[in-house]
Amino acid sequence: MGAPSKPGLSVNIASTHGGGTRETAAALPMRMTISKVNFYYGSKQILFDINMGIADKKVTALIGPSGCGKSTLLRTFNRMHETVSTSRLEGEILLDQQNILSQDVTSLRRRVGMVFQRPNPFPKSIFDNVAYGPKINGMKGSTAETVEKSLRHAALWDEVKDHLHKSAYELSGGQQQRLCIARALAVEPEVLLLDEPCSALDPISTAKIEELLVELKNLTTIAIVTHNMQQAARVSDFTAFLLTGQLIEFRPTPQLFTTPADPRTEAYITGRFG
Amino acid sequence: MAARLRWRKFVSNLMLTMTGVCAFVSVAVLFFILGYLLFNGGTSINWAFFTQLPKPVGEAGGGMANAIVGSAKLLLAASLFGVPIGFLGGVYLAEFSGSAVASVVRYAADLLNGVPSIVIGIFAYSLVVLPFKHFSTLAGAFALGLMMIPITLRSTEEFLNGVPRMLREGAMALGASKWQTIASVIVPAAYRGILTAILLALARVAGETAPLLFTAFGNRFWSQGWAQPTASLPVMIFTYAVSPYEDWHRQAWAAGLVLLGLILIINIVARTILSRGIAVPR
Repeated sequence: MGAPSKPGLSVNIASTHGGGTRETAAALPMRMTISKVNFYYGSKQILFDINMGIADKKVTALIGPSGCGKSTLLRTFNRMHETVSTSRLEGEILLDQQNILSQDVTSLRRRVGMVFQRPNPFPKSIFDNVAYGPKINGMKGSTAETVEKSLRHAALWDEVKDHLHKSAYELSGGQQQRLCIARALAVEPEVLLLDEPCSALDPISTAKIEELLVELKNLTTIAIVTHNMQQAARVSDFTAFLLTGQLIEFRPTPQLFTTPADPRTEAYITGRFG
Repeated sequence: MAARLRWRKFVSNLMLTMTGVCAFVSVAVLFFILGYLLFNGGTSINWAFFTQLPKPVGEAGGGMANAIVGSAKLLLAASLFGVPIGFLGGVYLAEFSGSAVASVVRYAADLLNGVPSIVIGIFAYSLVVLPFKHFSTLAGAFALGLMMIPITLRSTEEFLNGVPRMLREGAMALGASKWQTIASVIVPAAYRGILTAILLALARVAGETAPLLFTAFGNRFWSQGWAQPTASLPVMIFTYAVSPYEDWHRQAWAAGLVLLGLILIINIVARTILSRGIAVPR
């Protein structure tokens, strides 16, 4: 993939924390770059001057206590925040160096897919759920192949291959969520956003999805919001810690969890609040 | 203290009895009508009622085949006119309009729904019958269709708004445009409710008499076409019931039974549609 030397494609991972000089200034190719993002609902400011990057073919986790703005931040990455009419975004979000805020929103969302907190399959068959994205986007090629490939990537194929034409609602919650992942993968997004994808699932389904995320890294770039620190530690390469709308610390996951630079990060990951 | 407690218990029991009796009375009225109609209509109905034209005055027997077909034609044309307008208007209201526009349209639809059906009849009369100088099936269908618009519109809006937000977001996150989201996810998720509402609107106008009196008018023979007056069950009931002939009274009862049966069937079909198939989780 992209050479690290490309200007503008790189963000210094350690740069968001002033005292982080002991980190190696790892420069990785960035798929997305978020700079100086301020976000408001009406007159209430939700996010304050966020600067971070989403590294290519890696898993980036956003963690923080409820109401810290992590979901809101994630939803700006594919402009889902625009469904709320009072929302306002300042700053710049680049996808492959192009500002997403000035792009056509439907083609942006094709490139940046999303999986939500609660599984939300359409009231259609399993097959039609996965085929939906390719169909509306007029993608070429065999739909049946795309559906099979996506379901395989989502580790659901073996469980559903014999009843693809059953209603998606006959699946269990965990299967439904993997179906939603398959549905998102079917349009071959460059970035996949996951907004607390396991919050409504049991531990076994959660484990399956976590396993899946690590696999999917080879396929696409992932950004995941989670309220579960252990989950972030297990699946992510980079972790961003948010608190009251501010990005407190953003570093490679092992470093953030073993040697947090900010006392607030340490307090949060050791369970003193949140 | 004890007296106060007794009084409170007495009031409680009194209210319980009163509400219970009123609930019973409202159900009893329905069953009384049903029973009366079944008794009177059931004894008058026969095969000829469905297959024959009305006999001339004084001659016994005959049927209302023309009125049954006439009612069916009126309802078909009314649906073709009223349902698309009401449905698309409802889609606009639920999905596109701002809240200010929506509240105006919603209020207007509620007003239209409250307009007495005889006034709708006069309106159709002056708009369709007078210019063409002819009572016609289409004029009657126009009047009935007008009455279907607000019902269809409001219930379409309601059922579309009931589709969970997360389904919308799911479609939009895949790059679906607003119209694609509506047409391929929102409407399919709500179509059962919408279809039910359309059927109930149909059942509601099926029994309307007043708007047909001076639009579709009436006809003792087969209607010669859409631009000609036609017989319909409600108007036939009215004409026959106020006539002085014993035989016609019996026929009116039979027609009442048929009409009620028709409306009952539509209602049952509507409820079956609503209760079957995939329920979208809320």
